[in-house]
Amino acid sequence: MNRTLKTAILAVATMGFVAAPVFADKAAEKAMGARKAQMQLYAFNISHLGAMAQGEVDYDAAAASAAANNLAALAALNGMVTCPKGTDSTAMPGKTRAKVEAWTTWPKIGEASAAMKKASADLALVAGDGLDALRGGIGDVGKSCGGCHKPFRDEE
Amino acid sequence: MSKTMIWLLSIAVVCALTFQWVTAPANPPASLGGARNLANGEVVFNIAGCASCHSAPKAEGEEKLLLSGGKRFPTEFGVFIAPNISPDPAQGIGGWNEATFLNAVLNGVSLEGEHYYPAFPYASYARMTASDAADLWAYIQTLPPSSASSQPSEVGFPFSIRRGLGLWKRLHVRTGSIQEIGEADPVLARGRYLVEGPGHCGECHTPRDISGGMVLANWLGGAPSPDGPGRIPALAGPNAKVGEWSVVDIAEYLRSGFTPEYDSAGGAMVDVIENTAKLSDEDRMAIATHLKTL
Repeated sequence: MNRTLKTAILAVATMGFVAAPVFADKAAEKAMGARKAQMQLYAFNISHLGAMAQGEVDYDAAAASAAANNLAALAALNGMVTCPKGTDSTAMPGKTRAKVEAWTTWPKIGEASAAMKKASADLALVAGDGLDALRGGIGDVGKSCGGCHKPFRDEE
Repeated sequence: MSKTMIWLLSIAVVCALTFQWVTAPANPPASLGGARNLANGEVVFNIAGCASCHSAPKAEGEEKLLLSGGKRFPTEFGVFIAPNISPDPAQGIGGWNEATFLNAVLNGVSLEGEHYYPAFPYASYARMTASDAADLWAYIQTLPPSSASSQPSEVGFPFSIRRGLGLWKRLHVRTGSIQEIGEADPVLARGRYLVEGPGHCGECHTPRDISGGMVLANWLGGAPSPDGPGRIPALAGPNAKVGEWSVVDIAEYLRSGFTPEYDSAGGAMVDVIENTAKLSDEDRMAIATHLKTL
């Protein structure tokens, strides 16, 4: 085998070793990015509902229903896709605030997200029924946010 | 016996007596007596967050009123386990009287006359009025009893010698207010009282020195998270995010847990919000108004 060929083989093999973790990191970062985008969409839709509940903007049944339905749809997304193993703050320090316990204490996080799914589905059913109904349902949604953020989120 | 020995013995005796004197636990104060205000006792119970630590480990909602204890608090000094403070006469504090309760909450001294570990935040509760503490005692007696027995803390030597905590108290327990501001304004005064005293905000939001005492010079300046990476946010000073929030934003956060950006509270603050959500709008606004002055 000539020297050039040897070098080429060595280079390709080395790239394989280096590239595998890089690809894994990229996939993890993409998943974390998608997860953060989902969180942003939660916050964006809740902000519309919160502004109405607090009287900052006038209540609008159609807009309230739309935002609450978006919230319910977001809560129904399957977290398996955006939350692969290894996307926690122990594995990816500085890149996420999701505690590794979210994965190691399964099914606790599943129960917490089921509570969020239920609270947002309940809110979607009543958000168009008037300001009092909206105010009544939004509290449980807020509590369900805490259901995950209390055990599974690091401080900033 | 040589002269030197006599001198050394005398010094040892003086040291021992001084230690005993300096570290002596406070005696129970006089009982206030009289009719107590149960509604105010409930307010104090909520702002002081009693249920957050003393309810059973997995209690939710109404179950949190059963103060059976059992939650574990791991620290660098050892693991502290919240005791049963339900009104059960045998396992809880039902056999206490108002004076012993006041001594526990305001002075950090047990029924047996021993110092409590400051995992029980008496360094803050010391700023509570005796009247509020007496109302709290009256309210706690209306809660359901639990027959669960309290577990001893898992603390190694030398911290296992409770008497030494007398020194810690000398260093770190102050009853006076920390921020001498706005006392003429009843809203500001109420807010300061709730934040510094029963609300014990400083216990997490103020950094601690090597002996575990709050660094009052950096009051509410933020601190490392005791529970993983990140920091407990500053409430005072240039790094305080709440400085950019309005008074209404802060009050709303204390009610719903939502920040102005509709992010939601996390970690131990979720328990705090559960308690502050039960306060009146006036008290939440008082806390918010005070925090804005820092």
